[in-house]
Amino acid sequence: MLRIAGRRLSVLSWRQTRATSLLLLRNSIHDVVDSKEQDHHGPLKVNLGEDPLSLLKSDEEHGHEEKGGVTKMSKPYDVTIIGGGMVGLALACALSSKPLTKHLNVAIVDPNSALGMRNYYNKNEIPGSRVSTVTPATISFFKDIGAWEHVQQQRHAFFDQMQVWDYTGLGYTRYSAKDVGKEYLGCVVENKVLCNSLLQSLQESDSKKTIIPTKLTSMTFPPKSPFASNARTMDKSRLTDSDESEELIHLKRLAKLELSDGQKIYSKLVVGADGAKSRVREMAGIKTTGWNYAQSGVICTVEHSMENHCAWQRFLPSGPIALLPIGDRFSNIVWTMSSDESNRHKMMSEDDFVKAVNYALDHGYGPHPQSSSLDRFIENLPWVNGPGTLSTRESFQVPPRVINVVSERMAFPLSLMHAHDYASGQVVLVGDAAHAVHPLAGQGVNLGFGDASTLAKVIAEGLSVGADLSDLALLKKYENERKAANIPMMAMLDGFQKAYSVDFGPINLLRAAAFRGAQYIAPLKKSIISYAMGEQKLPLFS
Amino acid sequence: MTWRVLRGPERAVLSFASMRLLNPASSFLRRPVASLLRLPVQKRSFADSAPLTPPVPETGAEAGSGDSSNSKQASFRSSLNEAELAKFSAIAETWWDSQGPFKPLHLMNPTRVSFIRSTLCRHFKKDPSSARPFEGLRIVDVGCGGGIVSEPLARLGATVTGIDAVEKNTNIARIHAASDPLTSSIEYRCTTAEELVKENTKFDAVISLEVIEHVADPLEFCKSLAALTVPNGATIVSTINRSMRSYATAIIAAEYLLNWLPKGTHEWSRFLTPEELVLILERTSVSVQEMAGFVYNPLTGDWTLSDDTSVNFIAFGTKRNE
Repeated sequence: MLRIAGRRLSVLSWRQTRATSLLLLRNSIHDVVDSKEQDHHGPLKVNLGEDPLSLLKSDEEHGHEEKGGVTKMSKPYDVTIIGGGMVGLALACALSSKPLTKHLNVAIVDPNSALGMRNYYNKNEIPGSRVSTVTPATISFFKDIGAWEHVQQQRHAFFDQMQVWDYTGLGYTRYSAKDVGKEYLGCVVENKVLCNSLLQSLQESDSKKTIIPTKLTSMTFPPKSPFASNARTMDKSRLTDSDESEELIHLKRLAKLELSDGQKIYSKLVVGADGAKSRVREMAGIKTTGWNYAQSGVICTVEHSMENHCAWQRFLPSGPIALLPIGDRFSNIVWTMSSDESNRHKMMSEDDFVKAVNYALDHGYGPHPQSSSLDRFIENLPWVNGPGTLSTRESFQVPPRVINVVSERMAFPLSLMHAHDYASGQVVLVGDAAHAVHPLAGQGVNLGFGDASTLAKVIAEGLSVGADLSDLALLKKYENERKAANIPMMAMLDGFQKAYSVDFGPINLLRAAAFRGAQYIAPLKKSIISYAMGEQKLPLFS
Repeated sequence: MTWRVLRGPERAVLSFASMRLLNPASSFLRRPVASLLRLPVQKRSFADSAPLTPPVPETGAEAGSGDSSNSKQASFRSSLNEAELAKFSAIAETWWDSQGPFKPLHLMNPTRVSFIRSTLCRHFKKDPSSARPFEGLRIVDVGCGGGIVSEPLARLGATVTGIDAVEKNTNIARIHAASDPLTSSIEYRCTTAEELVKENTKFDAVISLEVIEHVADPLEFCKSLAALTVPNGATIVSTINRSMRSYATAIIAAEYLLNWLPKGTHEWSRFLTPEELVLILERTSVSVQEMAGFVYNPLTGDWTLSDDTSVNFIAFGTKRNE
């Protein structure tokens, strides 16, 4: 990860800041890996409820720059997004694509100056190991904000088949896009391709967007009783009757952000898009609930001898292993196992790892699930298939063999985390900052894109009726809508995890029964697919 | 003359009183509002805010605010002192706390503004997808209270004048609006619609929300609104219906069952039905073009526009070119 050293933007006016950022956008070419999970190590300083008059003084002392005798101050931002990862960029894109919000002055604060890279994508490059499975709901959001066309020019892999099975050999389910009348079930895209596409779309828009390549060190919010200060500053303004003090009054209702390069910026709204270890969340004092699973996910890119167009997931006693097509003859592996095992799998030789993967995907454990006379009986029940022909008769298939590991292997601990509030004061959380799930179904980032889409929609609706951007009632609308979508999905993923972390006869049978249910009962199968595609709120029979 | 007023949305709140027994608004609904009592009713062009202002130490200075005028306001400006400001601040804080006692009002406001937005955009042929569609429109908010409607209108680009007969309200409104560059251009004046007519000022749109049910002579009041409107301009009025439902919620429930309000607080007979409002406006050369009801969903806390005008409703009319 390369940083732009020695560039200090602190003394620039907002116009210059913007010009510099554009320069950075053009010049820097680096690899974005994990820009979402930015880590802040700077000193943490939280000044809640600081006396506004002392703020006033500090502004006069530090926040201004003398230029030819004229005092300048950077123009306050409407929205400041902390974290320029996939979700942060998607929010910026969504805001600049809507007629009601494109005029907003938006800043993205991220120390990862690699945010500036563009068209770095190389077709011959081996796919990165950090990928996301984007659902049709996410794809339609990307189309709305003008980013999907850029994804299409880069590597991505649609899949129309999905096979989920159990190591006991008792049950399997094959999902097909045909079951819900769609062309595909999802699309696997590298995270860097998603980031790159969002950036390109952002650069093409004519809206005011500033990328500030630095870290957030502290946030100060207006005191809970803004009126005492307003009254006093108003008094002051009337006494001095100058433009400057009027400008200072206007700052009193804004959040003040101090950045690691010494720069101070003001914003009506602060969006925490800075990942599961969100500093914004911490500084805003928002509490979380969560737990670790004592498991880790091992991810890497592997190669087959032929192309793969199906998503595979096998449930093993140690956790699920997923094989996702990523284009050409490559697939991505997400393999859940105990933390000790994950270390062992990370360290073992490539040959041993390939063997272990093939064993986990096919040879190991029980036999292949087979159709039985019971299945044929079920198929003949008139109510099972419902209207339309479904892929209930599709037989079990063996996943393609892995011949090579082509990327480094990464392991990260699995955990679940949910913030109690998504909106508090002038702070809103999106993506992993609000809710982190383990990558079992590749749903994490889709929930994050759902957040970005909804927040932009709620802001646009608010602006259409002249609401103040920092109006908490408005931001709570976002919170209510997203909690209703995120919590059931998180609970389901958690339940999945728990159901598969047990290897016990009767429970294995129950799981197998559930698989069979999903395989043979058409309406259930349909609603599971729709839910996983992000089209339905709850997996209800419809 | 000793009746106390309760604003439309708060009345509506009473309709789901049983679900919101802890509604903080109820705690001060019983407070007498001394400053209002001396106001001649027909001059009362304030909205809703004063009756609901939280308990404030009443001072002698306030008692005379009824005969408010520009000179009074001017004297306020010159005699600004810390104690006064602190008091206004305390009130304003509650007024503008979207999670506080005025929460129902804040929840209802987007719905009222969305009606105003769509009707004015259509009438004045403004781009409804614009962020500032009211650019170039002069709007007066009669009975502006703390500025809850004036501020969104200013953010939508309008040149807004907010008037209210209660000096406390315009002071609060002015302080609040000053802190945001998008609303600091609003001109707040402590005056009445009648006084403003005498100055011969006219506006593209005249908006008066939840006010008409408090005036003694609705016809005279509407005449003033019409006189403030330019020919072919817009007049928007919202109020509460004189229906069995509003009787049940505002009178029976609030005064007799829940004892939130002293018996006799409301004069239900003062309320206007949509038909009556249309006829009154018609007599002042304003033709009502559109009407909608506001419906509250206590489960989601959302207000929505609907055809149901049986409790709260809003009317949009245009002034005939006569």
